[in-house]
Amino acid sequence: MAPAIEVADLHKSYGSLEAVRGVSFEVQPGEIFGLLGPNGAGKTTTVEILEGYRERSGGDVRVLGKDPQVRDRRLQERIGIVLQSSGFYPRVTVREAVSHFSKAYPAPRDPEETIALVGLEEKADARTKDLSGGQRRRLDLALALVGDPDLIFLDEPTTGFDPAARRTAWGVVRRLKELGKTMLLTTHYLDEAQELADRVAIVKDGRIVAEGPPDSLGPGSSRYRVSYLSDGRRVEHQTDDPTELLHRLTRDALARGERLEGLEVTRPTLEEVYLELTREADAA
Amino acid sequence: MSPIALAWQQFRFERKLFWRNPSAAFFNFLLPLLLLVLTASAFSADHEELEILIPGIAGMGVLATTFTSLAFNITVLRDDGVLKRWRGTPMPAGSYMAGLLASAALNAFAQVLLVVAIGNVAYGVDWPQEPLLLVLFTALGVVCFAALGIAFSHAIPNEDAAPAYTNAVFLPTIFISGVFYSSDDLPEALKAIAEALPLKHLIDGLSEAIVGGGGDAGTAALVVAAWTVAGLVLAVRYFRWE
Repeated sequence: MAPAIEVADLHKSYGSLEAVRGVSFEVQPGEIFGLLGPNGAGKTTTVEILEGYRERSGGDVRVLGKDPQVRDRRLQERIGIVLQSSGFYPRVTVREAVSHFSKAYPAPRDPEETIALVGLEEKADARTKDLSGGQRRRLDLALALVGDPDLIFLDEPTTGFDPAARRTAWGVVRRLKELGKTMLLTTHYLDEAQELADRVAIVKDGRIVAEGPPDSLGPGSSRYRVSYLSDGRRVEHQTDDPTELLHRLTRDALARGERLEGLEVTRPTLEEVYLELTREADAA
Repeated sequence: MSPIALAWQQFRFERKLFWRNPSAAFFNFLLPLLLLVLTASAFSADHEELEILIPGIAGMGVLATTFTSLAFNITVLRDDGVLKRWRGTPMPAGSYMAGLLASAALNAFAQVLLVVAIGNVAYGVDWPQEPLLLVLFTALGVVCFAALGIAFSHAIPNEDAAPAYTNAVFLPTIFISGVFYSSDDLPEALKAIAEALPLKHLIDGLSEAIVGGGGDAGTAALVVAAWTVAGLVLAVRYFRWE
C-alpha cells in the first residue's frame, strides 16, 4: 500500500530564516506518527505544509498521493485537521457547529455520533463560548472528525488538558486507530508520544535527529541500566546485554552471601533520549 | 453538496449568527433607522430636506451593512482562526464567501427598504420614482462596498483595532458624502474629496431612483463601478486566511 504521507527533503524558508532544513519521513496507512520537538523546531511548519496551508521552498511532499500545495478539494475531503489554536463562532452550539461543518464533506460521519465519540454529548446544546478549554479542544477534534477522514493531523491536541481529559483524548485517538485512521501527531508531551505513537521523529532546528518506535529510539537507547544499592549507595552499570551482566552480578552476590538490594533493570525513557538528543544538537 | 448548495447553507448559518449577536445586529441595522428618525425630528426636516435625508440614510445603511460589517467580521474571523479552520475543510472558498456576502446583501436591501418605507409612512415622502433603478443602485452599492470592506479588512492589524479602523473611514465618509445634508453645501476641498469617493455617488444614484429630478445617474454608476473594480482587485489580491 502506498504511504499516507511521503516527505522527501522538505525545506521551508521565511526570508533568511530556514525553518525546515531537509526533513524526510513516511507515514504508513493506519499508523500513528509522532513529531516531537521543542518550540520553534519546525514541527508546525512541517505539518502546515502537509495540511496545505503553506507552500514549501524545496523538496517533495505527497499526502494521500496528492500534492497538498495544489489545494485539491478531493484531498481536503479525506483529511481532518486539528490546528494548534483556532477560535470559533462563540454563539453557536456544539451540535449546530458539528452539523454545519459536516455539510462540506461528501460522506460525513453522523454529527451526533461524532459528538459522542469525543465525549461532548452533555454539552451538545451548549454554546461554544460556554465550553471549558478542554471541551473546546474536543470540539476541535469533533470538527476534524465529522468528515470521516482517512488521515488526521493533530497539532498538540491535548495542550492545556488536565490529566483526566488527556486520558480521555488518548482513548479517542486509540479508537480512531482501531477504525484504521492514519494520524500525524505533534506534541511536546513525551509521555503522549510514547503512549500513542507507533513511530516518532524528534525534530530539532528544522531537522529530524532521530526516528523510530518510541521504545527503540536514539543511539544510547539499546543500553540497559542495571543498578543496585551497595552500602546505601546506588551503583549503576550500562550494558547491551543485561542477561550476561545480571547473571554475573547475582552469581557474585550469592557467592558472597549477599543480596542485591534495590536491584533495577531499566531502559532510558523517551524523555532521557529526547533530552540527550536535543542537547547534542545544541552542542553541535 | 454542490458549491451552490453549500453557499446556501453558509448563508443560512450567517443569518443565524447575525441574529444571535443582538448588539451587532442593532448597530448594523437599527442605528441608521434611529439616525433617520432623530435627524428628521430634531431638525423638523421639511419635504426638501427629507428628500436629501432618505437617500442619504439609505446609502449610509448600505455602507454600514456591507463595508463596515464585513471589514469588521472578516478581521475577527481571521484573527480568531475561523477562516483558517474553514481553509482546512473542503468548503469551496467561493461558496463560503458567497454565503457571507449574501447575508450582508440581505441586510443592505432590508435596510434600504425600511428607510424608504419609513420615509413614506412616517414622513410622507413619495414611494420611489424608479424602483428598478433603486434595486440596481442598491445592488451596485452592495458589491462595491462589500469588496471594499473585504479589501479594507486586509489593512486592519487585529480584532481589537477593527472598530477604530472601520469608524475612521465610516464617520468622516458619511459626514462629507451628503447623508444628512447636501454635499453641495460643503467647502470646495471637502466636496472634492466626497466627489472622489463612492458613497456620494451611490447616494446620488439612490436619490435619482427614490426622488427623481434629472440628476446624472450615469456618472454616479460609473464612479461606483470604478471603485467596485478597484475593491474586487484589492480584496482578492491581498486576501489572507490567517
